[in-house]
Amino acid sequence: MTRALRLVRRRLLTAIPVLLIVIVGAFGLLELSPGDAVDAYLASSGGGDAQMIAELRQAWGLDQSATARLLAYLAALAHGDLGWSVSLDRPIRDVVMERLPNTLLLMGAATALSFGLGSALGIVAGARPGSFRDRFLSIGSLALYAVPGFWLGLVLVIVLSISLRWLPLAGIETIASGKHGLARALDVAQHLALPVASLGMIYLALYLRLMRAGMAEVWRQDFIRAAAARGLPRRRIVLAHVARNALLPPITMLGLQSASMLGGSVVIESVFAIPGLGRLASEAVAARDTPLLLGIVLVSAVVVILANLLVDIAYALLDPRVGSNEPAS
Amino acid sequence: MTMFRHFLRTPEGRAGGLILALIALAALAAPVLFPGDPLAIAAQPMLHPFQNAAVPLGTDRLGRDVLAELAHGTRTSLLVGLAAAGAAVLVGAAVGTAAGFAGGIVDEALMRLTEAFQTVPAFLLALAFVSVIGPSLATVIVAIALSAWTQPARIARAEVLSIRERDYVAAARAIGMHPAEIALREVLPNALPPVLTLASVIVANAILIEAALSFLGLGDPNRVTWGGMIAEGRVVLRAAPWLSVIPGIALVLTVLGVYLAGEGAVEAMARRRGAP
Repeated sequence: MTRALRLVRRRLLTAIPVLLIVIVGAFGLLELSPGDAVDAYLASSGGGDAQMIAELRQAWGLDQSATARLLAYLAALAHGDLGWSVSLDRPIRDVVMERLPNTLLLMGAATALSFGLGSALGIVAGARPGSFRDRFLSIGSLALYAVPGFWLGLVLVIVLSISLRWLPLAGIETIASGKHGLARALDVAQHLALPVASLGMIYLALYLRLMRAGMAEVWRQDFIRAAAARGLPRRRIVLAHVARNALLPPITMLGLQSASMLGGSVVIESVFAIPGLGRLASEAVAARDTPLLLGIVLVSAVVVILANLLVDIAYALLDPRVGSNEPAS
Repeated sequence: MTMFRHFLRTPEGRAGGLILALIALAALAAPVLFPGDPLAIAAQPMLHPFQNAAVPLGTDRLGRDVLAELAHGTRTSLLVGLAAAGAAVLVGAAVGTAAGFAGGIVDEALMRLTEAFQTVPAFLLALAFVSVIGPSLATVIVAIALSAWTQPARIARAEVLSIRERDYVAAARAIGMHPAEIALREVLPNALPPVLTLASVIVANAILIEAALSFLGLGDPNRVTWGGMIAEGRVVLRAAPWLSVIPGIALVLTVLGVYLAGEGAVEAMARRRGAP
């Protein structure tokens, strides 16, 4: 267990400079955007005279140099203050925290679907490399990987929501349904079925291909031949020896894909009107609320770092070689 | 040329090559077949496909010719996909070579920068960039390249790390070649092939990100984009689902063609290495 803890500490230490670069980059983009917070305020409040504008700039610290403002931004971030959203007239942190759980639910469910079903189908394909099933699944997954998630979402809506009326069109739950407990969970599950499918199906192909490629590699190794020589049943060789040893690359991919999935959820949430972080991002774009948009970027960077950390821990627990040869300091 | 023959001998290469050739043809022929503005009104709005010979794929909500839009959209998709991927591979290879060749603090700093870019979701980064700078063809290309250069950079660095220990690099150093010249003339050309294997995935991703950006209304407003067509059709999803479905099929075919061609190229390279 100390091995995993050491790994966590090392990862967190390298995450600090990375996060700093992201923050400076976000600040740079904020500087590049035309107009500042005062302009945005004036645009929403209907204007003001030159003296009031100058006073506002001074009060909000906008008359200082870029370096001083960057330092102030960093200091505020250190206190967990992401700034003020002009378009929503609320602290950015509150808005983001309100929306984050919906996105995490969507991402978590889509990850479970793509990883679970993807690696299961990968095992089916990799059980007999070169067989008909293998070729069918490999080509099929390539085709699936070429489908844009938002378009898949629209097609699913056309078929399942509009033509067949099986599933709700949009939203995360029935508004003011008064449902509690299990009934509410079922309602949310019904609403999330299509978004999760459209987000998860794309990545399913990725895990399938990784699993299959890994298994094809393991099949060539001596211990598999030894297992076959010992007379183990084929099913047992496939599951307990080949698949098990091919599982690590897909798990590594879980961490790498967390960023990509978070990006994908922006469009999917917009298609299905799910009040999550992604939809907030496109709302921020529409309202030209750059501070809010960059707050979302920062929070997603933190989410990605944490997701990768989780994957690292899982990896260390699964593979005893990981982290064991690192200095003990 | 042998490379191309190997490529055509793989089933993936044949299928991908055929699809891409057709799509490239559509992109080249679009201004000839459909001269004039594809965003101009051509006929009465919301005509079904396959009913009017003048507008074979029907018309959209505003009466624009869907087939003309589709053909002109091919140009945007291919242009953005190729330009963004080209820029991403160039920048990535340069950064990766610099990091791997310089080593030490430069390497450390460049790799932290790469990691920072990988930590921010690519699509969110592109979205933020386009929304801050303003949507135009150039910003969309830069935004996509900005979010795609990290993977080629990592691969180029790994290649350079192994190449710089080879004998011919030591020989170049021994004859007194300038380090920058060694990096550019000896190391980079040999580090490039593994990066290029990645090119098909980067092009495909660039096309998909462009589509998603224009679907959210952040494409160049003066050009037809498939993503924009899907978003436009979405408004009348109940009455005219084909308006969203048709451009999506074009998108899937293009991306599939790129993937298949990429697989074929990788296989052809492996075969050439295997053949005497």
